Amino acid sequence: MAKAPPRPLSPHLTVWRWGPHMLVSILHRVTGAGLSIVGLAVLTWWLTALAGGTEAYATFAKAAAHPVGIIVLIGLTWAFFQHLFSGIRHLVMDTGAGFELGTNKRFAILTLVASLLLTALLWVYILEYRA
Amino acid sequence: MSLGESATPLGTARGLGSARQGGEHWLTERVTSIALLLLGTWLIASLLLLPSLDQRTVFEWLRAPSGAVPMALLIVIGFKHALDGMKVVVDDYVHDPGNNFAVNTVLLFLAVGGAALSLFALARIALGGGA
Repeated sequence: MAKAPPRPLSPHLTVWRWGPHMLVSILHRVTGAGLSIVGLAVLTWWLTALAGGTEAYATFAKAAAHPVGIIVLIGLTWAFFQHLFSGIRHLVMDTGAGFELGTNKRFAILTLVASLLLTALLWVYILEYRA
Repeated sequence: MSLGESATPLGTARGLGSARQGGEHWLTERVTSIALLLLGTWLIASLLLLPSLDQRTVFEWLRAPSGAVPMALLIVIGFKHALDGMKVVVDDYVHDPGNNFAVNTVLLFLAVGGAALSLFALARIALGGGA
């Protein structure tokens, strides 16, 4: 097929004023990719180590308890909750609801607040009462 | 291709109707997301309710059918949802057909390979006898 001549493109990310809906939309992709690559890698490592016995599991547990490991796990927890709430928002929007400017913006902000709050609660509990 | 090379891509496609595929991918993404809403919550709640996260406790939890069956579902549906989601991202940003095919194929192999590794580890835990 012959190469199409360059056509005028719709203005992209750079020209719009950032709003919560834009941020949440981008975060849905970023957190989804993060969960797909890092999250599933950690899940696979965890299950393989668990099946491998106490020594293999100790290696995993040591990495998970390392400061870097904890930061990765906190990041995955936040990504999970953000993707979950943003996913619920998308399911609602798939029904045709929630497109009014105010509602859409409030729902977007709500996903950010809920994911940060749940992540904080969960990790304060883990680090204060379980560690 | 009766319009020849003077037609724009849109002009070529117009009138041919939909490709009659894609709807299933879209719907599968949403149905798996609802399943993962439940399974993800189950995973976090289970880990929080376990008395300890040492190898023995976690192993016994996943050895029982009540742990192994949801975990098997989480692995299969999780990798499927991740693959479906990553394909949308890749199709949005990798336009060259060759590169697009290559990246999507690598992702497919990673997803199927990761799911197989995880399921094999889970099978060793659930069906392998003693810890």
